[in-house]
Order: sequence, then structure tokens, then C-alpha cells
Amino acid sequence: MNALLAVENLATHFATRNGLVKAVDGVSFHLDAGEIVGLVGESGSGKTVTGFSLLGLVDAPGRIVGGSIKLEGRELVGLPQAELRKLRGRRVAMVFQDPSATLNPVLTIETQMRLALEAHERVGAAAARDRSADLLTRVGIPDARRRLETYPHQLSGGMRQRVAIAIALLNRPSLIVCDEPTTALDVSIQAQILAQMKALAADFGTALIWISHDLATVSALASRILVMYAGRIVEEGPTGEVLRKPAHPYTQGLLDSLPSIAAPGEDLRQIPGSTPSLANLPEGCAFAPRCAFADAACKSAPATRRTATRAVRCHHPLGEVAWPL
Amino acid sequence: MAALIACQNLVKRFSSPPQLGDRLARLLGRPVRPRTVYAVDDVSLEIAEGEVLGLVGESGCGKSTLGRMIAGIQPPSAGLALLDGVPVMGGGRSPVKTTTRVQMIFQDPFASLDPRMRIGDIVAEGPIANGLVSRAEAAADTAKWLAAVGLDPTAAQRYPHQFSGGQRQRVAIARALAMRPDILVCDEPVASLDVSIQAQIINLFLKLKRDLGLTMLFISHDLGLVRHISDRVAIMYLGKLVETGATQAVFENPRHPYTRALLDSMPKLRLDDADVDFKPIDGELPSPLAPPPGCHFHLRCPGMRPACRTAVPELIRSVDGRELACHYPLVGG
Repeated sequence: MNALLAVENLATHFATRNGLVKAVDGVSFHLDAGEIVGLVGESGSGKTVTGFSLLGLVDAPGRIVGGSIKLEGRELVGLPQAELRKLRGRRVAMVFQDPSATLNPVLTIETQMRLALEAHERVGAAAARDRSADLLTRVGIPDARRRLETYPHQLSGGMRQRVAIAIALLNRPSLIVCDEPTTALDVSIQAQILAQMKALAADFGTALIWISHDLATVSALASRILVMYAGRIVEEGPTGEVLRKPAHPYTQGLLDSLPSIAAPGEDLRQIPGSTPSLANLPEGCAFAPRCAFADAACKSAPATRRTATRAVRCHHPLGEVAWPL
Repeated sequence: MAALIACQNLVKRFSSPPQLGDRLARLLGRPVRPRTVYAVDDVSLEIAEGEVLGLVGESGCGKSTLGRMIAGIQPPSAGLALLDGVPVMGGGRSPVKTTTRVQMIFQDPFASLDPRMRIGDIVAEGPIANGLVSRAEAAADTAKWLAAVGLDPTAAQRYPHQFSGGQRQRVAIARALAMRPDILVCDEPVASLDVSIQAQIINLFLKLKRDLGLTMLFISHDLGLVRHISDRVAIMYLGKLVETGATQAVFENPRHPYTRALLDSMPKLRLDDADVDFKPIDGELPSPLAPPPGCHFHLRCPGMRPACRTAVPELIRSVDGRELACHYPLVGG
């Protein structure tokens, strides 16, 4: 099958005073057109840097040091900035966590949306306004024509995030990378936006990479899930299957940490220790120091083992799946 | 069970000074709309000894302000927060806290610990200043509390920046515990932590509750967490309590439409591959500067009837101890 996005062995490193930080280290995955994939991990796992790498947004001291990112068959790694700019917004867009930081405070919503359109095509003011208003309506903003004249500070956090989503959809990209877009919002607004995103992605045929630390949100949205730990994808597979029968001890640990799994008032099963510093990763499996199943074999780095639909990066995967060596 | 904390008709108003236009309008004798936010609007609430009360609501509903008044770090505009029948704050122009029996834990351990103080000094400062321990005993006392929260005693010599978020939150908890409080007010204590670290801190709270018999006010927007840790919950909307009751009863059988809507919005872990139907609440939180008349929730309520637009529902206690502020409560089932 011709994948929309194929990432092979992507490595993004940051040269810092405290040493080389391997934020993304050998990440491979693919995405079909229109597919919604959840990228899950804790802070510092490299999920955001992976998203930034896809759009060529990694700034110094960070650099993509290896691997390949193919979007619609076209190699993005090594592409000059001018070429990347033509793709950004048109073929691949991004929605960030904090909409008050991504919208320009001194421009009206209308101006910001028109600029996003003009970046890629010649469009008249009236046509730009029509298309903008239409999208604002579709992302659930009532009275869109009037909202176009407002500034970001006049809108609530939820409304601002809807505007950011509308801007991402303006040029009908084939892929939108969403980096924790609902984390800063209240649950009632989060539920509205999740429902809308799912419907819009289906309508537009847009594929989504939904970056989040929240397994519950991802389970409601994504058909496939990628679990990241310390710069690597440690588990991958269909969402329901992975969450029902996780193969990596880290995925199991994350699930066990959720209060909804335990009986009220009982101790949660916790993962001991904390996430390792990416500048100073342990030899071999990065999760081994926190893992209950770790043994001598875990001193060497595990290879990714794949079945037809799932993958795991572990010497001792859980469950009864027959993992090829 | 005796109530350890009793709030009587607590109100917290925030007014901004009148702007130039308003002052001109007043000079000209025109009506001026006051810019006053009722962050907490006539809330009465009790917390029994040894109880963990979960306080839930969306941002801006006044849950943190209510917690701060109970903790005695923000004076109420009207009403009283009582600890064993005695107000937690004195009266007068600039009231101060009169008790050390309430301690608070804040959301962001990066902001709540002084970066220039050693952990040992952070934990010992309060007890020494209040004469709970002498300077000579302070080191041993600090080590005891650091051990109680699962930190190594050598941590006392180090600075906050040398610790991760989860460890810093443990320091903040040790600092609160060192004051030998009877009640802890925890304002979103794990919201800024990663999932795996959240579980560690939640387990620590559960252990403290068992070992020390602590009473807690646990403020959070995370319903799953509140369900796990609380004996009783109180749901807030735009400055008012809308429903309170035993945790299990409220979660299994919500009677206020807002509680129901919150529970429906809560993302749940889906283990099957079925398509998820979201049932979001319509609309957004109205501005607390201009709350809607009548029931504050009526604009978003699916069961709204004419009376809801005009009459403010009172919080009424029923025989089973549930409290509810709704004209047309949901029928259980």
C-alpha cells in the first residue's frame, strides 16, 4: 500500500552543554491517508520533537541527524527551507498545545486566516473571508462572520483552539500534527473539540497524528497507537488491541497508573523511578531500570519485533502474541 | 462525625477599580455597571474529620478560591471558614491566618518552592518559626518528614532545581506535613505531573490518609482522580455548589444535569474497537463577570424549563445526605 507518510529511522539530536540529547532516536512508523494515529508518551519522551521534525520545525541546537521522512512519496529530510515552507500549511499542518501562544495577538482572526491562504495561492479578500467563515462554522464557532473581526484575546481558550484548528484545515492538508491540542482545555470543551476533530478529519480525508499523554483521549480518537519512551517507539498497534493486551511493560505500567483501572481508594500500581535524562540514557533498554521484568538480556538494546499489525521493542514482551525474533 | 471544617455562606468578590469611562459616566450621572466577579458565591460546606472531600469544577468556577479561603490564605468577602468552630483567619482590615492546623499544597511545585533555599530549610522553616521544633531538633524532624514522603534524608542538603517535578511535589507535601496539620488543602496537586508520577503521588496521599488520618480537601478537574481518592465530592459551577454527596453515589447516579454532563464529557479509556460517540455539553462556561440570571447552568442545560431562567435554585439537602441545587433534578436509574 502507498503510505501517506513513511518515517524511517528518524533521529533528531540536540547538542547541548550537558551533552548530546537524543530526543528522537531511531523512530520508524507509517501513516495511511485519512488515518488517525495517537502518539503517546510522558514529557521528555520525544513525542513533540517527532512532530516538529515532520514539519521541519526543529531549531538549533536541534538537528535531524539521520533517517528519512517521506510525505506522499517526497523526501522531507534535507529539503531546503523554501521548499518546506511551500509544504507547510498546504500538505502538512500543525496544531499546538497553547493557542494563545500560536495566534498573533495583534492581528484579527480574518487577517491571520487570509495570510494562511495567501501563503499558498492567490485569493481575493472576499473569497478568503468566505472560506474562512465557512471553516470557522465547521469547527463549531457560532456567528463566524462577526468572529472574523475579533482579536484572539476576545475569544475564550476553547474558541482560540478552534480557530487554530480552522487555520490548520484552511489549505486542506493531507496530514495535521496535533500536539496536545486539548490538554489546556476544560473537559467539557475537550469533549466538544474531540468530537469535531474526528468528524472533520473524516470529512476532509485528513490524516491526524494526535500527540498526547492521555491514553483515554487517544483511545477515543485514534485507530492506531504509538507509545514512545526515551526517544524511541516502544510499542505500536491497533488502539484497542494495545490497550487490552499491552506487550511492552511500559505500556502496561502506564495503564496500571490510571485511577480508572483500580478500585476506588486502593493503591495504584505505579511505575517506580522517573523518566531518564535523554542526555544520559542507560545502556541497552532505556526502560530496564524501572522494569519489573528486566534481566541480563536487557543490558543490550532490544530490536523492534513486528507482527502483521503490531510492533514491540522489548526482550520480554508480555502476553501470548508470537513475536518473531 | 463531627465537622472539622465548616464554611458558612462564604463569598469572595473581586472588583476591579472603576475605569476612566466608568468614572466619567458616574460624574455625568449615568448608570455604571459594576465590574465585580463573584468567584465564590454563598457557599456552605462541611468537611468531617478524617474525610477526603473532592472539589470538582471547570476552570474559573471558583474551586481554587474556595480552597484558599479554607486554607486561610485569602480572606472571604463575607461569611466564615471555621476550623473546629474558630475562624481560620482573624478579622480587621488586613486579616491574617490564625491557625497552623490547615496547610496547603499547590499545583506547580516549580513555583511553590523557593529556588534559593535548601530542601531542609524549606521543610524546617515553618516548624521552627512556629515553635513546633527547636533548631537543634529541626534536622531530625526534617529527615523524618522527608522519609514519610519517600525522599532520602540527604535531599535536605540539596536545592529544588536538583529534583524532578514529582520529587518536588513530595518536598511540598513534606513541608505541609511538618506543620502537623489536621487538614490539607490540595489544589490540583498532580495536574502538572506525568501519568506514571501522578500514580506515585496519589499513592502517597492514600498512604498519608491511612497512616496519619489526615482530613483533605482535594481540588481537581480530573474526575477519575477525584473518584479514586475522595470519600465525598462537591461539584462547583460558576461560584456555586451544584451537587454534593458520597463519591460513589454521585458518580453512579448524578442528579444535577451539570454533573451528568461532566461525567459524560470525561474521556474514558476505550478497550474495544467500537466507534466512540461523544456526548459533549453544548456551549461554553459563561463569563463570571456576567453570570446568566436564574440557574447559572440553564444556558447549557438540556432539561431547561422556564423557571430556570428566573429563579436561582437553592442547594437543598435530602435525607440521604445528598445536596442538590436544581429545580428539575435528574431521576435516578
